Amino acid sequence: MSEMEKKECCCANDAGKLAKVDAIIEKHGDKPGALIPVLHEIQREIKYLPEAVLARVAEKLDLPFSQVYGVATFYSLFTVEPKGEYIIRVCESAPCHIRGAQAIVDALEEALGIKMGEKTPDGKFSLEFSSCLGVCGVAPAIMINDEVYGNLTPAMIPEILQKCK
Amino acid sequence: MEFYRSHVLVCAGTNCVLNGSKVIEKALSEELVKRGLTKEVKIVETGCFGICDHGPSMIIYPEGVLYCRLKVEDIPEIVEQHLLKGRIVERLLYREPLEPKPVQTYSEVDYYKKQQRIVLRNCGIINPEVIEEYIARGGYEALGKALTQMTAQDVIEEMKKSKLRGRGGAGFPTGLKWDFTRKASGEQKYVVCNADEGEPGTFKDRLILEGDPHSIIEAMAIAGYAVGADKGFVYIRGEYTLSIERLKQAIRQAHNLGFLGEDIFGSGFAFDIEVREGAGAYVCGEETALLESIEGNRGEPRFKPPYPTNEGLWGKPTLINNVETLANVPSIIQKGGDWFKAIGTERCAGTKVFTLTGDVNNKGLIEVPMGITLREVIYDIGGGIPGGKGFKMAQTGGTSGGCIPAELLDLPMDYDTLAEAGTALGSGALLIMDDTKCIVDITKCFMKFFKHESCGKCTPCREGTLRLYEIMDKISQGKGTREDLALLETLSKTMQIAALCGLGQAAPNPVMTTLRFFRAEYEQHIDAKICPTGVCPMGKE
Repeated sequence: MSEMEKKECCCANDAGKLAKVDAIIEKHGDKPGALIPVLHEIQREIKYLPEAVLARVAEKLDLPFSQVYGVATFYSLFTVEPKGEYIIRVCESAPCHIRGAQAIVDALEEALGIKMGEKTPDGKFSLEFSSCLGVCGVAPAIMINDEVYGNLTPAMIPEILQKCK
Repeated sequence: MEFYRSHVLVCAGTNCVLNGSKVIEKALSEELVKRGLTKEVKIVETGCFGICDHGPSMIIYPEGVLYCRLKVEDIPEIVEQHLLKGRIVERLLYREPLEPKPVQTYSEVDYYKKQQRIVLRNCGIINPEVIEEYIARGGYEALGKALTQMTAQDVIEEMKKSKLRGRGGAGFPTGLKWDFTRKASGEQKYVVCNADEGEPGTFKDRLILEGDPHSIIEAMAIAGYAVGADKGFVYIRGEYTLSIERLKQAIRQAHNLGFLGEDIFGSGFAFDIEVREGAGAYVCGEETALLESIEGNRGEPRFKPPYPTNEGLWGKPTLINNVETLANVPSIIQKGGDWFKAIGTERCAGTKVFTLTGDVNNKGLIEVPMGITLREVIYDIGGGIPGGKGFKMAQTGGTSGGCIPAELLDLPMDYDTLAEAGTALGSGALLIMDDTKCIVDITKCFMKFFKHESCGKCTPCREGTLRLYEIMDKISQGKGTREDLALLETLSKTMQIAALCGLGQAAPNPVMTTLRFFRAEYEQHIDAKICPTGVCPMGKE
């Protein structure tokens, strides 16, 4: 039984997904230190990094599975668990903290009915903390997927969430 | 070639874009079409102007009039009054925070008067997506000069003469680092630009890369020539999507015009640059952790020595420089090391880009000569504290820097003076706090950051950052004791000596400096069980 079959998940049975993963590995494969660019692109494509996919990457890049898994779990932008369709990252670093980040956290928790670190039952939103996003000129700020929202007040939150369809 | 009678520069730095500058630009574009002005007035989308708090903004040339806090509804009036009738729209002009009188032109604004923009020379002036604009302002001339008129050793001597020191935080002499790399043995060498800007409160590298990406490309090529490297990497934070996009585009453009690739300027020198994205780890701003990350590993720092200049990327000699450090290089090669050395202080030459955040009227990006005082930065340039509140504390150098009380506001800011005062210039992040903020609360916030970002490799940091946070949390809950203060100090000193890398060594800085200058506030939380500003939960949660 291959590594892929042992680690059961949808990918083991999704030939299309596997083909995409293989294509990405093929594209970056010759590059020294290809692992992180490969993981970035795979996650952009399939939204998270399931174990079966990590096993495939390890096999194709000829790396120990432990190394691939270790890298995937070290970096905060990578996730081995499926997250919401919209990942909301709230900056909790000092410049946002003193400009009222806690009020934004409270507003988000109230609007979504979940706490920080959780995912909405319909799988649409994940809520998590982030370190400094580098937009302190418009603190307090959040990121929803790749979009940054700044100069926030609690009143702005419902409208921002509405835009996420 | 087209000539325009008027140029409208629209700030499209990330902060203004968040405030709606793209919408403003679109409205302007549509209004110009409507009024038949598209052949007379040109819109230029530039990098950050620096006055992030006052965006969206635009500057109209040839007058240099600065309009701020724009809304879509303002556009027809600007076009009608200013562009058609030549009358300035006073209500939209920039206003100094402490004076009601508006200021007309960009060069009269206090915020800009004290600045000397070398690193930011093109930000807010050129369209960063058009290489011809970079070239028109002298871009790639320094690379041409280096490759055709100077030897590699000449370039290094000029960098040493300039006395430029690293702008990422450590302040190591740049020329010396280049020299070490050049002298290291080995055929294959690398140049790495550290664009993993993660220090809270710092966003200068983001805006330099967004506003003037070619300056980094040119600098890296010059560095490659000087040290004998043919390949460069820019390691950039994964969250900085616009910077990544602009940089990749700029690399393609540079290739197309022969500024990268084989036989640049017919000199025989070849250089290429690859972008590598980080994946969300503050520790990867530490140079050896960064190298580990490029190699495809967890971002865990290495033991030093050996230093990257001898054994870096894949064991080869590697020059690593910060974005801001590199952005100074073309000017130094163009104008000479002596010119640069004459700016700033005796021990710290040149300018520094500071990012002003927190409780200050003009949050944003400024570039001033080294040696300026914090008081001048906060009050003359920053416009003072909002709401007329009092100044309580400034944290310099980001979360890993130290905290300065009012008594030290007149300290000249450079690497050495601040280090001697027990704090750090670091990345140039300046977080200003007014008197409604709590020292214990903010220090707890700083410790939470380090607890999260510790890579876990060494015990002093892995355990120490956790315990520092737990003790701060305990104090903020009204459960702290005098023994806890003693433990904070012992733990901090231990981490400063024993941690493997700069993260663990610097993590205790906020604790040490706030205990030194604000001990009484800690003691109130502990002895009287009160938080004087009312911020801490003190057991109420």
